[in-house]
Amino acid sequence: MALVSLHDVTAGYGGAPILHGVNISIEASDVGVIVGPNGAGKSTALKSIFGLLKVSEGSIVFDGDDITNRSPDSLVPKGLSFVPQEHNVFTSLSVSENLEMGAFTRTDDFADTMTEVYDMFPDLKLKRHQRAGELSGGQRQMVAMGRALMSRPKLLLLDEPSAGLSPRYMMEIFAQVARINQTGVGVLMVEQNARQALGFATKGFVLANGSNLFTGTGQDLLNDPDVAKSFLGGHQP
Amino acid sequence: MNELIFFINKVLISGAILGSIYALGAVGVTLIFGILRFAHFAHGDMMTLGAFVSYILVTLLVAMGVTAPIPLGILVLPVAMAIAAVIALGIDKGFYAPLRARGSKPVVLLIASIGVTLMIQGLIRLFAGVGTRSFFDAEAKDIFRIDMSWLGATRDISITEPQIWMIGLTVVAVILLHIFLTGTRLGKAMRAMADNMDLALVSGINTALVVRVTWVIAGSLACLAGTMLALDVTLKPDLAFNIVLPIFAAAIVGGLGQSYGAIAGGYLVGFAETLAVFNWSAVLRPLNDVLPAGWSLPQNLALVPTEYKLTVAFVILVVVLLVRPTGIFRGAST
Ligand SMILES: Nc1ncnc2c1ncn2[C@@H]1O[C@H](COP(=O)(O)OP(=O)(O)OP(=O)(O)O)[C@@H](O)[C@H]1O
Ligand SMILES: [Mg+2]
Repeated sequence: MALVSLHDVTAGYGGAPILHGVNISIEASDVGVIVGPNGAGKSTALKSIFGLLKVSEGSIVFDGDDITNRSPDSLVPKGLSFVPQEHNVFTSLSVSENLEMGAFTRTDDFADTMTEVYDMFPDLKLKRHQRAGELSGGQRQMVAMGRALMSRPKLLLLDEPSAGLSPRYMMEIFAQVARINQTGVGVLMVEQNARQALGFATKGFVLANGSNLFTGTGQDLLNDPDVAKSFLGGHQP
Repeated sequence: MNELIFFINKVLISGAILGSIYALGAVGVTLIFGILRFAHFAHGDMMTLGAFVSYILVTLLVAMGVTAPIPLGILVLPVAMAIAAVIALGIDKGFYAPLRARGSKPVVLLIASIGVTLMIQGLIRLFAGVGTRSFFDAEAKDIFRIDMSWLGATRDISITEPQIWMIGLTVVAVILLHIFLTGTRLGKAMRAMADNMDLALVSGINTALVVRVTWVIAGSLACLAGTMLALDVTLKPDLAFNIVLPIFAAAIVGGLGQSYGAIAGGYLVGFAETLAVFNWSAVLRPLNDVLPAGWSLPQNLALVPTEYKLTVAFVILVVVLLVRPTGIFRGAST
C-alpha cells in the first residue's frame, strides 16, 4: 500500500488553480523526486499534502487515512514532516532550540532523536548553542532537515534541500537523504539538481504547468530522451 | 551633598519606578506584536483595568477588616493578576479572535483595539465614576528614610514601601519571564512563533495555545504595572491611557517583538523622561557661590517643562528609528 498518494489533486491559493489533477504516489521504501521548470507547481504540490493550501478537487491519502485539507499541526503527530523551500529555520533560536521545536508535538523523551540528528550532522553538534541565523546555507539546511526529523516522521517532504549549496554540501545532503530513507522513512522531495537527484531516486515525477508530464523510476526519467532534453540540460553521454 | 540626595530621590528612584512600569507594559505590547502582529492599543487600558481589579480586592479586604504587614495593594496582586489574565483571554476571544479567524489585516485589529480602549474606559467610568481614588485610604503609605547625615547631608534618601516593592517585583517578573522564554518548551515555542509563524505551523507548534499564553502573560503583567502605577500615584479611569504612547515608544525603541529590548526600552524612556523634566537648578545651586557677584542660576533649569514630558518619548523614538530603524535589539519591521 502506498505511504502517500495524491489522486487527481486540483489545488491553488484562492485564485485560479495551480495544480490540475496531479497524481503522485510513493511507498515508504521510496525516495520520490519531483522535477520540473520554475513555477510548475512543485512546491505547491508539497504544500497541498501538508494542508497549507486548499485542495478543491481530488484526494490525498497518507498511511491509509484521507488527509485532504487537514491542518498541519494535526499532520505532524501522524508522521508527516515538511521542510519548506525558504525560511526553513527559526533564525533567532539556537540550533538545539530549532531541533526542540521539531519535537513540539512529542510528549515522550526526545533526547535520543536529538543525538541521532547530531550524529547525522556533526557540524550541528558543534554549533548547537549558536543562533541558526548565523550559520552557513548548508548548515541551515541541515538544521531544517534535523528539525523535521525530530518528530520521527514516516514521510519527509523536502522542498529543494540542495538549493544554493556547493556540490560538496549537495552530495552530503543527498547521502543523508538516502540514509534516512534506509531507516524506513519515505522521502518525497523537489529538486532542481535533477540529474543527481534522479540518480538515487526510486520514483521520479516531472511536473509542468501544474500537471504530470512523466512518471517513472529515477532511471526511466534519466534515460528518457524527452525528459533529458527538456529538464536535465541536455542528454549526457 | 544634599544636591546629590535630591538627585537620587528625584531621578534615580522616580526613573526606576517609571521605567519599571513602562518596561512591564512594553513587554506585553511587544509579545502581542510578536505573536499576533498587531499593535495592541488597548494595552494601557488593560493596565488600568488590572489596577481597578486590585483596588476592588483591596476594598473587599478592608471591608473584611484584614490587615497585613505589607501594603494590601501588593498582597492582592497574585489574585488580581490571575483575574486580569482571564479578562485578557476573554477580550481576545470576544474581539480579536473572531477577526483573526476571518483573516483580517493587522490594521483592522489595531482599530478593534482602539474600540476596546473606548469600551474599557467607558465601562470603568460607568461603574466607578470619573473620580480619583487612593489605595491608601485605609492604611498608611510607609516611607523609608535613609539617614545620610554621615555624609554631611541634612536631607534623607526617601523611598516609599510600594516603590521598593515595585522595583523588586519588576526584577522578579523579568527573571521569571526570562526563565520562561529560554527554559520552557512553551516559551521557546513563543519565540519560535514570533520568529517565523509559517514554520511554527509546519513544525506542529500548537499556535492557539501559544496565543493564549501570550494573553495570560501580557494581561497579568499589565495588571502588575497598572497596580504599581496606581499605588505610586492615584487610581483614575484614564490612569494608563495617558502612558500608552511612551509604552509603545519603549517597545519600538527596543525592537518590536523583542522582550529584552522592551525592558531596556522601558527603562531608557523612563529615565530619559525623568532626567528631561528634572530641575537641574537644584543640583547646580552650589555653583552660585563661585559665580561672579551679581550672577545667579535661574530658578528652573529643566530641559523640558513637565507638561511636555510626553515629547521626550517621541524624541527618543525618532532618533532611534533614524539611527537603527529596527530598534536597539533589531526587532520585526512590519
Ligand atoms: N502563496 C502563493 N500565493 C499565490 N500564488 C502562489 C503562491 N505561491 C506560489 N504561487 C504561484 O503558484 C505557481 C507555482 O508555484 P510553485 O512555488 O509551486 O512553483 P515551483 O514549481 O515550486 O517553482 P520553483 O522551482 O521556482 O520553486 C506560480 O505561478 C506561483 O506564482
Ligand atoms: Mg518551489
